[in-house]
Amino acid sequence: MHEYSEKIRDIAEKLLKNGTVDVFIGFKKGTVPMMNEPVLISDPEKVHTLHWDSHCALNLCNYLTGRTDKIGILATGCNSRNIMTHIVENQIKREQLHIVGIPCTGMIDHRAVQRAVQFKEILDITEDKDRLIVKGDGFEEKLDKKDFLQSNCLTCAHRNPVEYDELVADLVPEQEGVSAYEDVTQIENMNIDDRWDFFRDMISSCIRCYACRNACPLCYCPTCFVDESRPQWVGKSIDPTDTMTFHILRAYHCAGRCTDCGACERACPVGIPVRQFTKKLNKDTLELFSWEAGLTSKQRPPLDVYKVDDYNDFVK
Amino acid sequence: MKTTSFTKQEWDEALQGLSDSYRIFVPIREGDFHMFRPLENGIKPDFDFQNTRISPKSIIYPQSERMFEYTLEPEDPEANILKEAPKDYSPRAIVGIRPCDVHAFRIVQRNFDNPEFRDPWWVKHFESTILVGLGCNRPCSTCFCTSVGGGPFHEEGLDIMVYDLGDRFLAKSLTEKGEDFLNKTKAGAPADQPALQAAEDLKESVEKAFNPNVTMDHLHEKAVLDLFNAPFWEEVAFACINCGTCTYLCPTCWCFDIQDEVFAKQGDRIRNWDSCMFPLFTLEGSGHNPRTKKFQRVRQRFMHKLKYYVDKYQDGVQCSGCGRCVRYCPVNIDIRQVAALMNEL
Repeated sequence: MHEYSEKIRDIAEKLLKNGTVDVFIGFKKGTVPMMNEPVLISDPEKVHTLHWDSHCALNLCNYLTGRTDKIGILATGCNSRNIMTHIVENQIKREQLHIVGIPCTGMIDHRAVQRAVQFKEILDITEDKDRLIVKGDGFEEKLDKKDFLQSNCLTCAHRNPVEYDELVADLVPEQEGVSAYEDVTQIENMNIDDRWDFFRDMISSCIRCYACRNACPLCYCPTCFVDESRPQWVGKSIDPTDTMTFHILRAYHCAGRCTDCGACERACPVGIPVRQFTKKLNKDTLELFSWEAGLTSKQRPPLDVYKVDDYNDFVK
Repeated sequence: MKTTSFTKQEWDEALQGLSDSYRIFVPIREGDFHMFRPLENGIKPDFDFQNTRISPKSIIYPQSERMFEYTLEPEDPEANILKEAPKDYSPRAIVGIRPCDVHAFRIVQRNFDNPEFRDPWWVKHFESTILVGLGCNRPCSTCFCTSVGGGPFHEEGLDIMVYDLGDRFLAKSLTEKGEDFLNKTKAGAPADQPALQAAEDLKESVEKAFNPNVTMDHLHEKAVLDLFNAPFWEEVAFACINCGTCTYLCPTCWCFDIQDEVFAKQGDRIRNWDSCMFPLFTLEGSGHNPRTKKFQRVRQRFMHKLKYYVDKYQDGVQCSGCGRCVRYCPVNIDIRQVAALMNEL
């Protein structure tokens, strides 16, 4: 996807120069391989720093919350769905946004690449169409990009932005017949003790840094429940009960809102697959309410609406 | 001073043999990265690593540590009296610690052990620990220890320095504690001249090839307010998500918060690592928060490390150049670049 970079710079320059937007949110190339830095550009002279490749897996919607200016923003499928959610939840107005759609072919799982080169230090990685060329001290390996996609991208059914003002490239074919929830079903099929052990072990290395929460555009509460001190709901140590409380409650707060963009998992400094929590709730909202988050800016997520004519008795 | 040569197998066995005398912490691979873990039955140290993901800071200064315990039982004559919680100060060794992380202990020591204040727990943990360093044959591309007064084979603060010579380890004691440790191994052989020369050559060749060159030479000359009011902070901070990755992975970040946790009538007073990236860090009892904005928190982190500390102690920066924050910041905020901005202002 690195070929998008030039087009992105052209679009950003045009939008900034003609006053369509005040600022443009994209990525600049990172200082370490497989990392890029979200960047805010307001000077058209600086659009040359904009960069795109298959390591732009953070969710740029995270940077919209509370802004009052006119913003140009890059949006892949999942990012655009978070933007829709932001609009529904009154975190940003559609009129403020000029959405530059990125037809996405998937982001690279940097941990999988690291494993593929046996944890040798990677000094450079480049993309050549469907291939990744990974270089380090005394080695060079060519990898098939499709074998190293993030797991959320492998099962993504919305690679194209759901809403946009312009596109950087032609829409890409959506993946058909992908099964997103095989891993969740496996966990559901465990007995209750095994399931508890699975999640307990999964989070055992958590250092409570909150990178997962903070990388997530859904987490914009002025004060998160774990940060409340009057009253204090959760202990702040790395006691497993408190850590589990944080993870489970965070996931529940994302129910019906999560687009499975994978930013949480990517941000985790100790590699916890935190999407195992949110995916279960995505599966539930799909099965119970035929709902996938962020496909429209016209409808509120199922868990924050009330209907007088609801067919369930318990709400009456 | 004693210099002993061990085959790698002898070294592993020697460490196992010492685990009655010391609680030994060694690097092991857990999943995708290395961590320091206690050497227990079945654990095999893996010294073929660049550095551990989490620094060994937590061995001396746990992320959560029970300081005191107390009872709220009104009938108990000792109700509401804080009592020291039991702690383990038995001798321990961190084996395979990198010189940057030892340098970091010396930095953190300034906070916990100085003429004005002595933190009893940090000091006792530190004093019961012997530091067995492992020179860096392959510094990472994100490392910059030589720019902050350290080096891949820097010996200051170590009790023993170990050189990885491929088929064997050469261990050089630097303190009495270190010599005692080596004597207790009852293994290895006195290092011969070719081994000593090999270690010297290794050090020289690694140091020659390693030129990170992060410039911080002008920081001490700058006026604090010029840096504080510098125009670049909003831009530096834009990408920051205010997580605690940089501070929690950092071997030199020392800030903590104290919390009381009570279950039924039993209470614990716990000290937890805290992070200046969190808004809660500066939230005052009145409800006022002097650092509500993200850029203020990001600025605080860099100003503390690269200016306030520099001015207060007149001995370099509060950074050991380990590069963990560079590598694991989820949004790629790079202290090397921020240092350059500050240095060149």
